[in-house]
Parts: sequence; C-alpha cells; structure tokens
Amino acid sequence: MECVFGLVGNGFAIVAADTSAVHSILLHKNNEDKIMVLDSHKLIAASGEPGDRVQFTEYVQKNVSLYQFRNGLPLTTSAAANFTRGELATALRKNPYSVNILMAGYDKEAGASLYYIDYIATLHKVDKGAFGYGSYFSLSTMDRHYRSDMTVEEAIELVDKCILEIRSRLVIAPPNFVIKIVDKDGAREYGWRLSVNDVTTAAV
Amino acid sequence: MKLDTSGFETSMPVIGFGSNSEMLDGVSSVPSFDLPRTTDFDGFQKKSVEMVKPAKGTTTLAFIFKEGVMVAADSRASMGGYISSQSVKKIIEINPYMLGTMAGGAADCQFWHRNLGIKCRLHELANKRRISVSGASKLLANMLYSYRGMGLSVGTMIAGWDETGPGLYYVDNEGGRLKGDRFSVGSGSPYAYGVLDSGYKFDMSIEEASELARRSIYHATFRDGASGGVASVYHVGPQGWTKLSGDDVGELHYHYYPVAPATAEHVMEEAA
Repeated sequence: MECVFGLVGNGFAIVAADTSAVHSILLHKNNEDKIMVLDSHKLIAASGEPGDRVQFTEYVQKNVSLYQFRNGLPLTTSAAANFTRGELATALRKNPYSVNILMAGYDKEAGASLYYIDYIATLHKVDKGAFGYGSYFSLSTMDRHYRSDMTVEEAIELVDKCILEIRSRLVIAPPNFVIKIVDKDGAREYGWRLSVNDVTTAAV
Repeated sequence: MKLDTSGFETSMPVIGFGSNSEMLDGVSSVPSFDLPRTTDFDGFQKKSVEMVKPAKGTTTLAFIFKEGVMVAADSRASMGGYISSQSVKKIIEINPYMLGTMAGGAADCQFWHRNLGIKCRLHELANKRRISVSGASKLLANMLYSYRGMGLSVGTMIAGWDETGPGLYYVDNEGGRLKGDRFSVGSGSPYAYGVLDSGYKFDMSIEEASELARRSIYHATFRDGASGGVASVYHVGPQGWTKLSGDDVGELHYHYYPVAPATAEHVMEEAA
C-alpha cells in the first residue's frame, strides 16, 4: 500500500512518497513524512513495517553522521548506499529488516544519483525506481516519459503524472504525497500533494 | 497424525516385582511424560498461544486541543466471548504529567508503562529536568522494538504536557511510533474515530472536549462487543493530569437516548 518512487534528472534527484500511516483498515495518520534527510545532500525514502522503517533509517542516519564526525568528510552517496545494503545483508538471515529504500544523493564528482535497495539487500544504481503497489503504475509511466536530461519542472510534471495515475487506478490509493529534491544546493522538501486535508493544522 | 512413540518404549525388562524391590524402587518406572491428546500435535501449541493472546479488545482514544490533551478509554476486559472484567483501569498514570493508555495485553501494558515510569524518573534525576513526551515515547518504542516478534501485545498512546506544550504519541508492539493530534486504538477504534472526527474542533473548551471524548467511547461500546463497562475521561493540562469523569456506558445510553413514552395507537379495551 505504501508508494515510494523517484527519478534522476539533470543535476538533481527527486523522490516522492505517500504519507499515510496505516494499521489494517485504519488510517492513523495522513501526514507522516517517510523521506528522511540523511545529511545535507542525501535523502532516504523508505517504505515497510512501521518499527523497522524508522529504526533502520535512523540507524543509517546516525552512522553516516558518525563517519562525518570521525573523518571530517561526508560519505558519498554510493558509499552510504553500500553501507545500508551491507547492514541489511548482515541482518538478513538472523533478524531481517522489512524496509525498502530509495536513496537519492548529490556528490560533486558523481552528480545526482539514485539507489534502489530492497528488503533482501538488493542494490542497484538506477535512473528511476519505485516500491509498493504504486510501482505497478508509476514505473511504466516513468519508463514512457523519462529522459535523462529532464529539468526540475519536467520531472515534477512526471511525478504529478505518476501520482495522478496511482490515485486513479490503485484501489486503496493513499490520499497525500510528499516530494523532496536533492541537488547541488542540498536536500530539501519540494512540496506536498494533498487530496485530503486534515481538520487540524499538519503537525508532523 | 498419529505420532510415532516407539522411541519411548524400552527393550530393557523392568526387574523388581518382589525381591530386591527397595533397591530398584527409584528406577522401577520407565521415564516418560504425557503427550497432549490432540490430533494436531504440531499446531496445538500455536493455537493455545493464540487463545490466550488478547486481540486488543478495547476502545481508547486521545486528542490534542486548545486546552491540552483529552484521554478516554472503556473498561472491559474480554477473553474471546467471555467478559472477564468490566472494571479494568486502562488509563495508566506514568507520572503526574503523563498518561498512557492500555490496549492489547493487560500485563504487557501495565508492566511496560511502569517500566517507562521508572525510566522517566531516572531521567529526571540524572538530568535535573522532566523528560519530554517525545523522549518518553521514544524510550518505550525502542524497548518494544527490541522485543518485536516475541509476542508482546501493546497498543498504547503516550499523552502528556512538556515544555513544548501538549504531546501525543501512538506506540505499538511492532515498534511503530507516530506523532499526531488524534488517535484511537483498539477493536472499537473505527467506531470512535467516526464520532471523534466529525465532532472535533481545535478550539473546544474542556467541557466540550470531555463530552466529545465520552460520546466517542460510548458509541464505540455500543457497536463493539469487546468494549464496555465504564467510560473514563482524563484531561492533561499544564499542571498535570486530572480525572474528569467515569460513567457507566449503560447509563450513558439512556442519558443520550432517553426512553420516550410512546403514544399508544390502539388501546386494548377491557372485555366487559
């Protein structure tokens, strides 16, 4: 039910995730931010079991910070992705984490990159990727319209196309999405796509 | 499936009926144990664990509003179809300014909330300041996460007032932790959400909010068989928590829907 997808454009990477926290038939919360800012130029969009998702991504975030404190240099996106995959692989046959991750980052040398890491510790560097039931609709939409030199506006148009497709075709489609972007200026929130506004002010 | 018990049979003849019986009394019987009488030996243990494991039969709710946090719960404990108690305290007082709600295993919730209270007090002593609601709920979530997969059943909300104002977190036995303004947990929670969501406004007085909480619990107990007993309502404000009310839901029913004397359309005449 959790939809996470992302793509790489010209000097930036964008990830979008739904914002529903679901427990069986109940929607506990519709503004849960599932895209964690790993450090200044990296994002982790995660989907999976509630405890595992938060605990594992926080674990990765703290270890990435520790590396930076110890060595005075931030990790590259590739190094962070490989570290994450290594942790998932080590835990896999003892105490596996049920988390699927899309890691987006920007490095000066490598530019923008996107890594697909699934719950059984598969690692791929990709141009576009998606997890969850939404992937059935967003992957083909992205395959059709994606080009490697897209501008931010074109990429956001594609992301909105995917969200529209998910909303219209997925039987229990999540109402709201959050979009985050990472480029040379850093990792930041781009916007929300709300179709259900909560009565109270959004307290994340 | 007939279990093959030939391994328990021993070929050694048991000596000792008659002479020399004192020497062999201790070892006269073949070591054995009773096997459970069941057709499905492998599955019966899982079934018995499932039977005692309570299925979060309860209704609890909490919401943040202008004057703080309102917390409410029913008081019924059920084991399958049997109502084991109508007077369970499901709102647990962790410390004078934080409350926890109980859904799931009563023992698990009581123990872990008590344990959380200890940890919060230790934090106060070590840091000379009260722990935040965020910190307390994170402590509980981490503890429950380390026991995940081992059969704990806890669906709780931590409500309190700290330096940043009112705080409300939902924590469950899978290690999930959600920050929010409105939560309801338990088998009656969908019914409670229905009343709570439609009547909620941030700008409510304490009386209006307590009435909304009480009404939501009542409606949930009306429709959900596993919820009932007494609807307790607590309020957490800047000075700590206070218990506002505890009403029997049976009496609440007639309070909300009083029996109106129906006008008789046909009156039976006495046969003269």
